[in-house]
Amino acid sequence: MDIRFEEVGYTYQKGTPFQSRALHDIDLTIEAGSFTALVGHTGSGKSTVLQHLNALKKPTSGQVTIGDRVITHFSEDKGLKTLRKKVGIVFQFPEAQLFEETVAKDIAFGPKNFGVSEEEGLAKAKELLPLVGLDESFMERSPFDLSGGQMRRVAIAGVLAMEPEVLVLDEPTAGLDPQGRKEVMDMFYNLYQEQGLTVVLVTHQMDDVATYANHMIVLEKGTVMKEGHPRELFKEAGWLSSMQLGVPSTVRFAHELEEKFQWHFDPLPLTTDELAEQMQVKLSAGEGDAL
Amino acid sequence: MMEKLIFGRYIPGDSLIHRLDPRAKLVGAIWFIIIIFMANNWLTYLVLALFVLTAIKLSEISPKFFINGVKPLIWLILFTVILQILFTSGQTIWFRLGPIVISQEGILNGVFIFMRFVLIIFMSTILTLTTMPLSLTDAIEYLLRPLDAVKVPVHEIALMLSIALRFVPTLMDETEKIMNAQRARGIDFGEGSIYQQMKAIVPLLIPLFVSSFNRAEELATAMEARGYKGGEGRTKYRQLNWHNRDTAVMVAFGLLSVALFVLRV
Amino acid sequence: MSEIIKLNNITYRYDDEDQRPALEDVSFQITKGEWVAIIGPNGSGKSTLAKTINGLIEPDSGEVSVGGLDLNEENIWSIRQMVGMVFQNPDNQFVGSTVQDDVAFGLENLGIPRDEMIERVRSALDKVNMLEFAEREPARLSGGQKQRVAIAGIVALRPDIMILDEATSMLDPQGREEVLRTVKEVKEQENLSVLSITHDIDEAAAANRVLVMRDGKMIQEGTPETIFSYGEKLIEMGLDLPFPEKLKASLKKQGMDVPADYLTEEGMVDWLWTYVSKK
Repeated sequence: MDIRFEEVGYTYQKGTPFQSRALHDIDLTIEAGSFTALVGHTGSGKSTVLQHLNALKKPTSGQVTIGDRVITHFSEDKGLKTLRKKVGIVFQFPEAQLFEETVAKDIAFGPKNFGVSEEEGLAKAKELLPLVGLDESFMERSPFDLSGGQMRRVAIAGVLAMEPEVLVLDEPTAGLDPQGRKEVMDMFYNLYQEQGLTVVLVTHQMDDVATYANHMIVLEKGTVMKEGHPRELFKEAGWLSSMQLGVPSTVRFAHELEEKFQWHFDPLPLTTDELAEQMQVKLSAGEGDAL
Repeated sequence: MMEKLIFGRYIPGDSLIHRLDPRAKLVGAIWFIIIIFMANNWLTYLVLALFVLTAIKLSEISPKFFINGVKPLIWLILFTVILQILFTSGQTIWFRLGPIVISQEGILNGVFIFMRFVLIIFMSTILTLTTMPLSLTDAIEYLLRPLDAVKVPVHEIALMLSIALRFVPTLMDETEKIMNAQRARGIDFGEGSIYQQMKAIVPLLIPLFVSSFNRAEELATAMEARGYKGGEGRTKYRQLNWHNRDTAVMVAFGLLSVALFVLRV
Repeated sequence: MSEIIKLNNITYRYDDEDQRPALEDVSFQITKGEWVAIIGPNGSGKSTLAKTINGLIEPDSGEVSVGGLDLNEENIWSIRQMVGMVFQNPDNQFVGSTVQDDVAFGLENLGIPRDEMIERVRSALDKVNMLEFAEREPARLSGGQKQRVAIAGIVALRPDIMILDEATSMLDPQGREEVLRTVKEVKEQENLSVLSITHDIDEAAAANRVLVMRDGKMIQEGTPETIFSYGEKLIEMGLDLPFPEKLKASLKKQGMDVPADYLTEEGMVDWLWTYVSKK
């Protein structure tokens, strides 16, 4: 299921003295089966774009096409709900959405709203807990007795339980410790690879973008500055730095090595594994001028 | 993002009204709401309206904001006005249809009630649009201070008020975030039967309570770490300054009261 | 060298019923002017430990002394004056309705006369480069700016110690950098001792000494270089892998011999240099 934005504009509090424009005629495409990274500063319009992905917001101008549904300013609210099942969003600090008495009930909450029976929902919860790194013993526990990291996993399971085709992740690892960050990102990457989920990742971590994404959209002041493969976009490290968006550590270090050793990396390495591979070739060939 | 919330929002500015002491503005607004009940004829309402319009003009804030302040309450106002029109018995009957009687006096009363509502809203809107909520709390604390003598914890009340005000935007944001998260999980807020709507509120309220309690606890810890141990021995950073212009405003309200007293029937 | 913080055999349980104490027999010292980082996975007791230092938590056993004063009922307010604390959530420690009101909060608590307060608020805001935002409400500040205001609130009290309790963990990279820079500057200017609880590699690297906690116990101690040389194990210790360590691991996978010692990025370049010239 593709999601396409065509000249999408969004104005908050339109028609009041407080109106402010958040998006300006945005065009972008999130292809089915892609791992798209959405990057930009706080206030660049990322979260507004995110809320258009499952029609939580309707554009004030232009149109958003989600699968075969076209959403414009005039679309009726009725029937938008089916879209929300197809596009699941894990919001930033999703543990804030937990409210049920037990972990199992909370995970089953989403499916239940989309007409799945209680039993099926609970069965789904049981199935998902190991996937997010928790075991069955958590089923009957209160979500409010868990640690922050465990609550985060329960909340993520609650979104996965709706079996979305597109999974939108807003800074999913914020506030976790490095171990937790790694586990959570690996889990999403597995879902993407093994179940063919389309993933949209909103993040400030350029290393994550370099490691996982195959499509990248840079937002700034409510417009799309660049869109393309991270490998292409990261070639312009200078531009990214000037935008204060940061450059993946590997890319930064690769550029440093290119300068110091008169090396040329092709293709641009995005991960340490890619970099090490090319370095090994160059080093064993005795390349590099020790000035 | 806060939506459609005009009433109670401060608009920064440097007009004469903005610069007035919050105590003068608060006392003035309360005073106005009391004396408006003295008005009972065209002339008195005209004087009050001119007074309010002058104040709006002096605030240098676009009239749009004031109209917007009335909008959310318009149905309540119209309802009251219609009741007035229908239930005022008068001599000069203009229209009669079965039990419905509309008299000249009724219409007049309706118009007056309407004026009273709008003027009160305008006046309180002037107060909130031109005064930082924080300054208002300062004014309230000052005006309540005499109650200290009868063991009312004025300092704590004022601190609570200012912290509450400071967290309004934070909690609004939070509410919107949780609403979005639950909508993304298939909840429709504001749709369906009343029972369904009530049920939809639970997944919003519980997380909101939980997070507010957490915030309160963390805030209390932070305050303690920063040496807060109650009102005793504390000094104040904020200070209110009473100027001649504030006295002038009080005099203006005094004159307005006298005018009303003379002109009313 | 004088010890500004001294903790002796601290044990603490949140609940008497708890199997494992949140802190178990923890001891350490911080000397004046030192920067110590505490790392460890979430739930290892780092924040609890920080809270025992200024009496926000009273340990079941063990002694705390700060600036030569033993922590007890009598000294607690003097100690809180010496120890400034920046917490994790930027919103939940912002008490004032505007930037300057928030900085003034601690001074008001101390009963500082108003004229002096105005002076100290201004100078503290200047030190964290937030003076131009003095009138702003917290809702219109970024997370990094709010944390800088929190630091100003501490600086205004002229403390001896600043504790950062995961103060950068909720910030974006830009905010993290600006807060870390501010801490470094303020530490120098004010001659502070810093205790930072963190998962952030840059923050740990800024320290003179790193302490590692797990399950309520202090399990490791060393210079950042020593600790960083643990490589992949760092993740279990609650710290990100430094980039050179990641690259070393990848190079190893390619069958290359890499040095076991911790390398900085420059160190890495130097090592490659010798590698290239040996060929």
